[in-house]
Amino acid sequence: MAQSESITAAIKTTATEQIAAIQAGALDARELFDAYRERAAADPNNAFTWVASETPAELPAASTPLAGLPVAIKDLFCTEGVPSQSGSKLLEGYLPPYTATAVQKLIDAGSTSHGKTNQDEFAMGSSNENSAFGAVLNPWDPSRVPGGSSGGSAAAVAAGQAPWALGTDTGGSIRQPAAFCGLVGLKPTYGSVSRFGMIAFASSLDQAGPITRSVADAALLLSHMEGKDPRDMTSIGLREPIEVPTRTDLTGLRIGVPEELSGEGIDPGVRASFEAALEQAKALGATISTIHLPNAPHALSAYYVLAPAEASSNLSRFDGVRYGNRLEAEDGSLIGMYTRTRTEGFGAEVKRRIMLGTYALSAGFYDAYYGRAQQVRTKIVEDFADAFSQVDLIATPTAPTTAYELGAKSSDPLSMYLGDFCTVPMSLAGIPAISIPSGLADGLPVGLQLAGPAFSENLILGAAHALEQAIGFDTAGAIR
Amino acid sequence: MIDAKQVLHVARLARLELAPEDVQPMADELSSILGHIEQMSSLDLEGVKPTTHVVPVEGVLRADEAEAPLPREVALSQAPKHSETGFLVPSPQA
Repeated sequence: MAQSESITAAIKTTATEQIAAIQAGALDARELFDAYRERAAADPNNAFTWVASETPAELPAASTPLAGLPVAIKDLFCTEGVPSQSGSKLLEGYLPPYTATAVQKLIDAGSTSHGKTNQDEFAMGSSNENSAFGAVLNPWDPSRVPGGSSGGSAAAVAAGQAPWALGTDTGGSIRQPAAFCGLVGLKPTYGSVSRFGMIAFASSLDQAGPITRSVADAALLLSHMEGKDPRDMTSIGLREPIEVPTRTDLTGLRIGVPEELSGEGIDPGVRASFEAALEQAKALGATISTIHLPNAPHALSAYYVLAPAEASSNLSRFDGVRYGNRLEAEDGSLIGMYTRTRTEGFGAEVKRRIMLGTYALSAGFYDAYYGRAQQVRTKIVEDFADAFSQVDLIATPTAPTTAYELGAKSSDPLSMYLGDFCTVPMSLAGIPAISIPSGLADGLPVGLQLAGPAFSENLILGAAHALEQAIGFDTAGAIR
Repeated sequence: MIDAKQVLHVARLARLELAPEDVQPMADELSSILGHIEQMSSLDLEGVKPTTHVVPVEGVLRADEAEAPLPREVALSQAPKHSETGFLVPSPQA
């Protein structure tokens, strides 16, 4: 269906601008919802695993904080009565009987989901090629990956199929796809958003957050997601309310650039964009200094023990008994049913990580791997504490490369894992970090990561907003 | 680092079955990843406490008051096989 010019123009504006237009009576929420739903259903990039068949008869009132705007939800968030499959064949067709708290809070604030987005199976991957429902294409260049694991959420927002989206980040799964797709992605402090109803990957690391077209949008969406939840005993909420970011200068702000995460291994195009962004920060009044996170080079090792170990435990629940698909064994045995269900239900990467985690936790290896990784985690936490005694924020490239070609890394798991080295340390420390676009390298978006101490979301969002205004990147650049 | 025999043992613990031709490639992939992870052993971690949780949480116990649970038929609705009162599985004795 052809969409009116005014709606096409509205889709290129940010969610914050759309809400203002709806509340001023200048934009029709239903017409906008219809347009997003149709664009999601057309889905040239395979970003969606489910799209609402029609616009709800009644949308939330324009006077609600989110004014009836749709939101795309990563597949792994349980949404009552809507397929929630975490990118897995094992959960194909699963219709949860309840809704994740983060999603319910957005509904309560006046949003409605128009679609669920594709992802790496159980959020395990950095390219969105590990989905049982097919790879997602990058709207900036469909021969390339959108990043992962929240690749469908990022592709949907970048292509104008959703004004914004929910993602989850375990080791970079919000920030890296946001970087690859020219968007803003925020991983908040661990515990700020409830994990209730998120199909778990690694519970001590998983955190939900927004993927948006502007820093103000990220602040607005997070403000309606965060909060302590009696159903998640690790949730604590933020210590202060999220403010709408308005900062336009960085006067007095001390930004540290860790040598370990910004030197060796960063592609020249990414490095040039990163250095240009640091110059912008300097021009806005920030002081830039080189700092050290001496244990950061070991963060990936610790992460690829801890995350698979937690995953191997979390994914033991997928046994064909309570939900998901079941395959009976030829011998009719119970153990055989478990084994066949899991063997045929899980994809290759999920099996690899379950194997890795099971090995790391098995008798005789626990101390050498899991115990040691937890000690390395302590060292990483201490490194950040030292750094934040010298600087206010830390800046790094979000990823060492721009979006790569489909298939480029899928046959070499280790090389895929190594691409996470700029984002994993913050995940291990549980601290908040945002990725904003710093520019283009060879026509592809580059992400700048800003990280701060736990609960410094307002500081991060303010600084990111000032830089965003100075950089002037067009996040609608891939909307056709 | 991890050989085919260990891979088969771990697969059995994880309730996964590997086709014979997939065992050695899995051993090779896991060995390559574990080879990277082994770099941790160069760190002196004597006396370093392990971190299990990064953000301090207190008072996580809620009041012991019963809330309405999911109705049984709703909780059972997504099971591959169930009766009116519970999940059905093959007999462990089979």
